[in-house]
Amino acid sequence: MKKKMVHIPMPWRYVINAAAIAVIFLIFMVLSSAGVITNYYSKILMLIGINMILAVSLNLATGYLGQLPLGHAGFMAVGAYASGIFMRTASGLPTGLAVLLSIIIAAVVAGIFGFLIGIPALRLKGDYLAIITLGFGEIIRVVLLNIDSVLGFNFTYGAASLKNIPKTTTFTVTFLCVVVVCFFIHTMMKSRQGRAILSIRENEIAAESCGIKTTYYKTMAFVASAAFAGVAGSLYAGYLGILNPANFGFMKSIEILVMVVLGGMGSMIGSLLSATVLSALPEMLRAFSDYRMVAYSLLLILVMIFKPSGLMGTYDFSFTRLFGGLLGKKTGDSTVGKESGE
Amino acid sequence: MSKRDIREPFIPERDKGLTPTIECIGLGIDFGGLTAVDDFNFTLGRTEIGGLIGPNGAGKTTVFNLLTKVYQPTRGQMLLLGRDTKDMTTADANCAGIARTFQNIRLFKDLTVLENVLIGLHNEIHYTLPEAIFRLPRYWHAEKVARERAIDLLSIFNMQDMADDIAGSLPYGAQRRLEIVRALATNPTLLLLDEPAAGMNPSETAELMETIRHIRDMFKISILLIEHDMNLVMGICEGIAVLNYGRLIAKGTPEEIKNDPNVIEAYLGKKEC
Ligand SMILES: Nc1ncnc2c1ncn2[C@@H]1O[C@H](COP(=O)(O)OP(=O)(O)OP(=O)(O)O)[C@@H](O)[C@H]1O
Ligand SMILES: [Mg+2]
Repeated sequence: MKKKMVHIPMPWRYVINAAAIAVIFLIFMVLSSAGVITNYYSKILMLIGINMILAVSLNLATGYLGQLPLGHAGFMAVGAYASGIFMRTASGLPTGLAVLLSIIIAAVVAGIFGFLIGIPALRLKGDYLAIITLGFGEIIRVVLLNIDSVLGFNFTYGAASLKNIPKTTTFTVTFLCVVVVCFFIHTMMKSRQGRAILSIRENEIAAESCGIKTTYYKTMAFVASAAFAGVAGSLYAGYLGILNPANFGFMKSIEILVMVVLGGMGSMIGSLLSATVLSALPEMLRAFSDYRMVAYSLLLILVMIFKPSGLMGTYDFSFTRLFGGLLGKKTGDSTVGKESGE
Repeated sequence: MSKRDIREPFIPERDKGLTPTIECIGLGIDFGGLTAVDDFNFTLGRTEIGGLIGPNGAGKTTVFNLLTKVYQPTRGQMLLLGRDTKDMTTADANCAGIARTFQNIRLFKDLTVLENVLIGLHNEIHYTLPEAIFRLPRYWHAEKVARERAIDLLSIFNMQDMADDIAGSLPYGAQRRLEIVRALATNPTLLLLDEPAAGMNPSETAELMETIRHIRDMFKISILLIEHDMNLVMGICEGIAVLNYGRLIAKGTPEEIKNDPNVIEAYLGKKEC
């Protein structure tokens, strides 16, 4: 080929990415032990991390698969409750193991719900899919609210809230989860399965006629999206220590969607950035919290008018590209766009 | 006058002993009250380049949509290499060997040229999702092989240097060629081309004609094309079927079709005496 580009070879990319992530983590650690990051800020950072996972997981279904589900908070709720109920009973286990198990359980249970809801919902498209997923999200919330009084046992504790969940979510756990989830989504999207998912977004009929079983891959993306939302739910349960179905209403789904749309559908770094901004802003602007929803709507309208593709479009960030740039090299980076970056 | 019976199969001599690529028997489809295609009897030889022509709205694209199972036929039967296609989906039809291009180009516009071809190669690449997520050796190996194959396929049309371009940004002719490459990537036994020369200039068309023949010889597949450019159709098709108002009105060699009074009437109108 004519255009010869300097290539950073694969093992080095991993080293660069891993090093970059480790450095970021160390900076946070140093800052917090030096007392710059107080307990309060560390709470905000955890919330940002949870919202990051929610945004990148929803981005999988909207940005990559091209559907518009409006029930993402439902999957988060399922994960949160599964994890919370497990943690309340798992006091015998060592904390680290219990946390790991709770995250896995949350992902699996939310994934199963994603599968059950995805099968009927993905038969529909566009507005219809949006409405049916909205419906399912609300059903999950209402079931969590009423299942105890209907069946007569103590399971979710309904409106009285599921209390006394061990507060195991730390900054380190959140950070690791964000990195792992981003890495999984990234590697998934750079595979034949990921390309199949993208092809459905691009043109479903063409995808079918390339031999891609679209229903299968739609379900795969939907289940993965739900499972990662479950991970966020699990972290959320260990963060708050108390769960109430009201936390997982329709507006929470919309909040996540706003993050994705604002960041640019199909851009992971966009989702991460807007999740950061939209989680940090309300904390900074506590006094104006009543106007949060108004601000969201305004922000969305402005973005839709001035930059319909979202702030980052479909641009993806890459540490390797950054390093290549710093070294004055062009990296031929068609295979790997970005590794997870916080 | 030795007119061919349009219900009789018509395939080149050399393909006579082989199972035909496709065999349609009384295929028909209605859209509500409109009969778009009716009583479509058609056979395509294993190495044949066939043509499907007819005036606008005759039902040519609808035939392609029937063959690729985008539409399910209301009547009739279709055999692909002797296999009934009754319960197949579009994806199954592709796996069974039918690949196509579209009249109104349907590329994966926001993806790169290479990615478009790799998506065509989807079923030729073998690794599981966990292998992909954890980037195990099988992933790297299969991706490398697939990339090389994709570049090879692109080089049929001398497009290997465009591999990293965004498909939607290519010139029109290149987009049409990319669609053919993507279809070929699925390793078909039958390639359906819906107006491949549309929007191309005469020299591009001439080049395309050569390439189509070259593709047939290289991959040993059969090709069925819809085309309004009569030079192209008459130049490369061995057998031609003519549709009008959803019905076959003639079938035969280019020479026979050129002189068929029914065809002339369908295209130019009835001669007033
Ligand atoms: N999905 C559909 N629903 C209703 N009618 C349809 C549908 N698809 C095709 N038709 C009708 O079937 C007829 C044949 O259409 P088709 O697209 O197959 O024509 P064509 O021969 O490909 O024409 P052209 O040369 O313009 O591409 C037209 O009258 C068209 O309106
Ligand atoms: Mg047509």
